[in-house]
Amino acid sequence: MEKILDVKNLNVDFSTYNGTVHAIRGVDFHLNSGETLAIVGESGSGKSVTVRTVLQLMAKNAKITQGEIRYHDEDLLKKSEKQMDDIRGNKISMIFQDPMTSLDPTMTIGKQVAEPLLIHNKVSKADALKRAEEVLRLVGIPNPKARMKDYPHQFSGGQRQRIVIAIAIVNYPEILIADEPTTALDVTVQAQIIDLLKELQQKIGTSIIFITHDLGVVAGIADRVAVMYAGKLVEYGNVDEIFYDPQHPYTWGLLDSMPTLDTDDQNRLNSIPGTPPNLLNPPKGDAFAPRNAYAMEIDEEEQPPFFKVSKTHYAATWLLHPDAPKVEPPKSIQQRFEKYQQMLGGSVK
Amino acid sequence: MADEKTPIVQVKHLKQYFNIGKANEVKAVDDISFDIYKGETFGLVGESGSGKSTTGRSIIRLYNPTSGQILFEGDDISKIKNRSPRMKQFRQQMQMIFQDPYASLNPRMKVKDIIAEGLDINNLSKNDDERTQRVEELLNMVHLNPEHMSRYPYEFSGGQRQRIGIARALAVDPQFIIADEPISALDVSIQAQVVNLLQDIQKQRNLTYMFIAHDLSMVKYISDRIAVMYSGKIVELASADEIYNNPLHPYTQSLLSAIPVPDPEVEKTRERIDFDHKKHFSDDQRLQEVQPGHFLYCSDEQAKKY
Repeated sequence: MEKILDVKNLNVDFSTYNGTVHAIRGVDFHLNSGETLAIVGESGSGKSVTVRTVLQLMAKNAKITQGEIRYHDEDLLKKSEKQMDDIRGNKISMIFQDPMTSLDPTMTIGKQVAEPLLIHNKVSKADALKRAEEVLRLVGIPNPKARMKDYPHQFSGGQRQRIVIAIAIVNYPEILIADEPTTALDVTVQAQIIDLLKELQQKIGTSIIFITHDLGVVAGIADRVAVMYAGKLVEYGNVDEIFYDPQHPYTWGLLDSMPTLDTDDQNRLNSIPGTPPNLLNPPKGDAFAPRNAYAMEIDEEEQPPFFKVSKTHYAATWLLHPDAPKVEPPKSIQQRFEKYQQMLGGSVK
Repeated sequence: MADEKTPIVQVKHLKQYFNIGKANEVKAVDDISFDIYKGETFGLVGESGSGKSTTGRSIIRLYNPTSGQILFEGDDISKIKNRSPRMKQFRQQMQMIFQDPYASLNPRMKVKDIIAEGLDINNLSKNDDERTQRVEELLNMVHLNPEHMSRYPYEFSGGQRQRIGIARALAVDPQFIIADEPISALDVSIQAQVVNLLQDIQKQRNLTYMFIAHDLSMVKYISDRIAVMYSGKIVELASADEIYNNPLHPYTQSLLSAIPVPDPEVEKTRERIDFDHKKHFSDDQRLQEVQPGHFLYCSDEQAKKY
């Protein structure tokens, strides 16, 4: 598989009133051609900053202190603003969370969908509008020809998100970055939008980076998953490896604290105690240690490196060190391990 | 849990319309009836615009209901006047926790004063010492450090702010709390903390909750009974297990089929059920009990099937 995007040792700082916030602290990940990579984490974990840095859509007070973002054979961080303009909305485009604020309320949606075509390609206005109509039909807007003359407020929330997606894919981008595209939507509409993204991926062969905090959504859409915490990746692997063979206690905590429809109502929910660390002064050791019931002495002292679980699965926890004691993961996680063994047909991995 | 079935809140034919008589009239809540029993957690689910928040706000009388009755402990509270002594008395019994922990706390007030506001309004503390002591108790109850009572809301995280909101609701010692999406603005790892806290407090103080939410797996976990709202109407009402194991209304079935589950195998085999508004609604329908304790919005003809 071809690596279409390769991010290496990315570090991003924000200078704030209170000092420097180390929002991204050495993130490595890559995106294979044609796949969907989900980046999961809570607010403040740095998932949005990471992908915005790829497109260099950062706030004014952000600074990339180190790193490389390889897109094919070029480093995007070495591109000029003008060169980036040619890439954004063309080769790499982005869908934002809130369909209410990412559309221009004073512009007809036909014009908004045609705009990226007119900017990036030498096409006539008539051709661009024709193409916009096709794409609106593709994303499931009924009667697109007539509705192109309507304004955003005349559409429902789900339809607006479809329009935002139409704008993002009108140039058939190689990479589509979706930053919590379904968080503001109702579950039934969310299901439709996820189906649409999967269908579009088949049709136009785009690779997707999908950012979310909802592990349920991840299970339905991702080929691979990366889990972020406090500005670092803590675990990544194939979707089955993350959901059925998770190794990092933070991933355990996330999976364990969600009630499923089968959770016994008589039991208390398992929660991760405490709150994420303040990245003004990132801890010396493992940032998750203060909330981690499985933390060891070394977690306070030294950040764990990535340990290899399989060819595609890595986790940054000292528990995987050969000298670490064997621990018993939460019950729901053990059930996931068992399910994995059954799926593999009982064979040893 | 509800061992005895005494209703604490009874809603009868509640209608809440906005912009009445104008072109943009909205029937946000359109003739709903249900009871909430003492000690139970009553879940109200539905999509945005279904009328679930409006229902909560009408019950606590943030709105003046268009018609219908709301009985609290047998008293009709649907017509008591704003700012009347009776309203004050009633609001001491019924409190609300809001969705957005950022917007629902006054940024210019100290945490101490936010929590004690209800005490002050209802003259529940005799002097400053007693007031401070009460605030300390409340902060301890929601697992916040009482030493932080002189801080301002911006110094707290989202989960901590929601705890402050809970402490404020508890200050006047209410019997019934309406929680309107109290965890949807919080991170997954924090949601479970707040839900556990709400349940512990419920047990300690024998509270009754109305829990409004769109996260169906959390609602199932926390609720004893669940009402599903669609387009201003309750389309189904039953025990939490019954709603999930035996959903009768096509809308409930569609809603359940759309919940994402953190399990790739389940997601691969998922079949979604689409819901067509026109096909399933007609004028001859009403909410009726089709099985013991299981209410469905349907016509008399349809009800005979069960």
